[in-house]
Parts: sequence; structure tokens; C-alpha cells
Amino acid sequence: MTELSRRQVILASGAVLIAAPVQARAPGEPASARSRWGLLIDTGKCSAECNVCVETCKAEMGLSGHDRPLTDAQYLRKVNVRDPATGAAHSVPVMCQHCAKPACVDVCPTGASMKRADGIVLVDRHICIGCRYCMMACPYKARSFAHEDQTGQQPYLPRGKGTVEGCTLCVHRIDEGRPPACVEACAAKARGAMLFGDLNDPKSDIAQRVAREATSRIRADLGLEPAIRYQGI
Amino acid sequence: MSSSNAAYTQVRPYTRGWLALMAGFGAVIIVALGAVWHMEHQGHWVTGMTNQVVWGMPHVFAVFLIVAASGALNVASMGSVFGREDYQKLGRLSALLAVALLAGGLAVLVLDLGRPDRLAVAMTHFNFKSIFAWNVILYSGFMAVVGVYLWTMMDWRAGRFYKPAALVAFGWRLVLTTGTGCIFGFLAAREAYGAAVMAPLFIAMSFAYGLAVFILVLSVSFKMTRRPLGGDLSARLLRLLGLFVAANLYFTALLHVTQLYFAGRGGVEAFILWNGGIHTTLFWVGQVGLGGILPLVIAYGGCGHAVRKRAMMASILVVLGGLAQVWVIVIGGQAWPLDLFPGMEVSSTFADGHVHAYAPSAWEVMLGLGGVAVALVIATIGMTALGLLPSGLETATESRGCNN
Ligand code: SF4
Repeated sequence: MTELSRRQVILASGAVLIAAPVQARAPGEPASARSRWGLLIDTGKCSAECNVCVETCKAEMGLSGHDRPLTDAQYLRKVNVRDPATGAAHSVPVMCQHCAKPACVDVCPTGASMKRADGIVLVDRHICIGCRYCMMACPYKARSFAHEDQTGQQPYLPRGKGTVEGCTLCVHRIDEGRPPACVEACAAKARGAMLFGDLNDPKSDIAQRVAREATSRIRADLGLEPAIRYQGI
Repeated sequence: MSSSNAAYTQVRPYTRGWLALMAGFGAVIIVALGAVWHMEHQGHWVTGMTNQVVWGMPHVFAVFLIVAASGALNVASMGSVFGREDYQKLGRLSALLAVALLAGGLAVLVLDLGRPDRLAVAMTHFNFKSIFAWNVILYSGFMAVVGVYLWTMMDWRAGRFYKPAALVAFGWRLVLTTGTGCIFGFLAAREAYGAAVMAPLFIAMSFAYGLAVFILVLSVSFKMTRRPLGGDLSARLLRLLGLFVAANLYFTALLHVTQLYFAGRGGVEAFILWNGGIHTTLFWVGQVGLGGILPLVIAYGGCGHAVRKRAMMASILVVLGGLAQVWVIVIGGQAWPLDLFPGMEVSSTFADGHVHAYAPSAWEVMLGLGGVAVALVIATIGMTALGLLPSGLETATESRGCNN
């Protein structure tokens, strides 16, 4: 009972919002380094057949495509992983890992690849020259090149032929205080395998779970410190 | 001191041969521009490049030309930095070729950008952490430095700047090629690269490619303008080419031995060296066989053909082998999939976990050849406008060893 009432107090103070886990950013207010947005993905809850997050991402970002899988953009994909020694298999959503030390940002000659103060890695498509060096440098193959004219664009995601793009962690939603589209869809239509939140906020669910439970990061050996963490692989 | 005591003459323009040559290069450039227009208009999906193999044939040509550019300057450096007087007469041509090749390579690189219209952005926004941005500075600086160097070679009043300019240019070309090698060497994500040995390898490559192109341009321009070219000089250049080819082979071997030593890089090594299909063929037959061992045999082996012919043959082989080598590095390195989950089998709708196919489109090849034509046009115009070609070289050197 005491536990509950303390929570209620915090809730009332507005410090934590359960329905919308994130605080919206006021228009004009810059992103702050106080936050470090990240995801915790429980692969145990993620089945190989489920593609909800991928489909939602495509719809949210207006990735209509031309049925050319080799050149169509893909921000989020399910990677089927199988351990040949044990036969253990997983289906893992992989997107831009929003690294603390992003290789794409290091190599980008113009500074078009950039990391926002809150750790979200983005491409400024006004100064991207389409050299694709960031794609060479990204160990996660998280970026796509816009190989042709784009249609069906969303107002919050301008896309242009000849520039490079990738998962923005749905920065347009985060700034409004909403979770990324894939996270929301996974919770609503699938098994809620993704937890979104502020890794820097010790009170957030994600920070607490990361502190409590064993999690891993893809290619942690490269030292890029991704903000996307996984459980079960 | 500078080579001002030698006689230099311009190439006579508007002769039938000159016009035919320029028309030929011009046609290639026009075709290349058409290809660029098509690729940019349609978007890159009409090329062989994908989201897996993001750098294709244009990069093979561009990297080859840029690497050859710095190597082409070596002949000038031999004369000025290392005091080999017999090379001093060739310094002007060497400097001109360096600039021309770099311009050709950069033209290809720029025209293959997704947004070539944003070149101004690339020249005004610099991320100083990026080795690519550093290369932009290194390339433009190279043009300026070699320009000054050429001027000190041509104007006796600038003679006192000759040595310092030569030294700066030599240092600059080494740094430049290191930078080009680091474009690959710094990519930790790609298993085929990510090794410091890429830098010296690229320097060795540049020595070999640059000299090969130099020998070809020298021989052809001398032949076309009916200038005497001594066999001794050809022999000397050929021996030098052999040395550079051997260095290239050595660093290639070092790269692969290093890779084999790294745990976890066995897969990519087997791919390049053993079961990589076209990449393996290009490695062994193109790069090592035609571009490495055969030129060595020609350079140091029997004395069957006239030495000038042998120098030409070896140079052509080095150029072809060089293109194969750059292909293996650029395309082969990307064809091998990224290893997101080491030790695991993976698959996805984004082509994870399997070798990526790449077949260059005709457009890309046209663009690449356009870069070669740009370099040769600049070289021809340079030789026409300025006195860069020695009027003859037959008495320049004395004979050494069995070479004709
Ligand atoms: S493609 Fe664009 S974002 Fe990527 S490195 Fe080049 S300029 Fe930067």
C-alpha cells in the first residue's frame, strides 16, 4: 500500500508518466544530454513469424519501396539467428543501434551524420552528399541509400533521392512524448518485446531493468556502445 | 638543381594524330557524362550498386586513379628528392601526370555521389574526425603543392624553391596515399579491411600503378611525337617498376597473413583466397598473376623483346592487375557480409548472412572510363600548352646490365 501511494505521489508530480513514458519536448527546446534514449528487446518474446514492428516501421516512415529488396530502404529488419552448435534459434529486430560512439558520425565528411544531444543518431539530409561512407562504416548495416525518387513521404521524415537514411528511433514521436512506432505496435499487437525509455534516468523501467538483468549489445566488442540492448541472445 | 638545362618542347596541336586523340577522349567523356546523367536522373538503382555493395565500379576506377596519381609523382621525386639526375628530365611530365590522374579520379568520385550537385557542401562542411574530409583537403592540397613544384621546375627564377617544393610534394604524396589507405584501414566493421597494413599497402600500390601509367604515357607520347626514347631509360624504369610490383606483392601477402592471424577473419580470407568466385579469380589471376608475377618475369627475366616493348607490356599488365586489385579490395570486401552475430548463422530480408552479388552496370564502367579520359585529356593539353616533354632522352643515361 505504501509502495503504491509513493508511486501515486510521483505520478501526481508529473515526474513519471505511465501512459506516455516520455516527457514531451517543448517546441524550440533543444534536445538534452540528460537523456539517453534506448531500447531493451527481449528476444524470447519475439517469434520468427512476427513482423509487426517491421511493417509498422515501414508505414510510419512511409517506406513504400519498389519491390526491389536490394535497393529498397529498410530501417528495421528481423534477423534470424541460429547457433549451429546447439540449434538454438532467435529472430531479432535490428535497427540503427544509436551508438554512443557512432562509426557513421566519425566517418561522415560533411557532418551530415550526427548524434543528437540525447544520443539519437540522425542524418541531416540537407548536407548529406550521398558518398555512402557511413554505410561502409556501420557494422550493423543499419543504413539505406535512397536509390530512386521517393513517394508517399511523411511530413516528419523528408526523404530524398541520393542521400542516406536510417532508423531515427522515431525522433518525431519521442519529441512529442510518445514511444517509437515499433515499440507501440509490438505492445499492442504482439507480445511487447520492446521496452523504450531513458537509460540515463535511474527511475525509468529500462534503466532499472538494464541495471538488474543481464543484457547484451550486438558487436559490443567494437566498443561503439549502442543504445539498443537485447536479452536472450 | 632544376632540370632547366634540358631541352623541352611542347606537343604540336591540331595535327591529325592530336585531333584524333582528343576526339577519342572527348567521345569517351561525352558518353561518360551521358551515363552520369542517366544514373543521377534515374537514381542509383540502375547501377549494380545496392544497399549491400554501396561502392561499385566507379570507386574501383576512382581509387585506382587517385592511388596512381600520387605514384606518378615518384619519378619527379627520384630526380629531385633523391638526386637521381637522369630522372630529373622526366620531373615535369611526372608532376603533370600526377595532377591529371588525380583530377580524373576525383571527377569519377564526385560524379558518383548521390548528390554531386552538393560538391560545394563537401568543400565547406568539414568533419575533422573523418578521414574522408581529411582526404578532401589532402587532394586539393596535392594539386596546389604539385602545381608549385612544377612551377619551380619550369621557371629558373624559382629555382631556389625547387628542393623545398620537391620535399613537400614527396611528403604530401605519402600522407595522401596513407589517407586513401586509411579510408579502408579505419573501417573496423568490415572484416576485409580494418588493418593498419592498408596504409603501406596503398603506398606500394601507388608506386607500382603510378610508374606503370607514367611509362605508358611517356612511351606513347614519345612515339606519337617522334621523340627518341633511349632503351637505357626504359630499362631503368622497368627495373624500378619490378621493384614496386614486388613491394606491392609483399604488402599484399602481409595483409593476408595478418588477416589469417586474426581470430575470426578466416571466413573472409577463405572467401578472397579460395572460394570467392569472381573475387578469387581476380585476386589470383588478375592481381597476383597478371599484375604481379608476370611483370616481374618481364622486368627481370629474359631479354627476348626490345626493352621498350617489355616496359610497355609490363606497365599494361600492372594497370590491369591494379584494377583487379582495387576491385578485390573494394568490391570483394563488401561482398563478404557483415558479421553481426559472430559464430552464428543469420538470414534476413535485408540480405544478412550471405555473400552479396555485384555486377557492374555499363553506366558505371562508362563513368570510370570517363575518368581515365579526363586524366588523359588533361595530360595531353598540359603537354601541348607547356614545355613539359623532353625533346629526346636517348643520351640521357648510360647502359647498365642486360636490358636490351
Ligand atoms: S552518405 Fe551522407 S551521411 Fe553518409 S557519410 Fe556521406 S555525407 Fe555523411
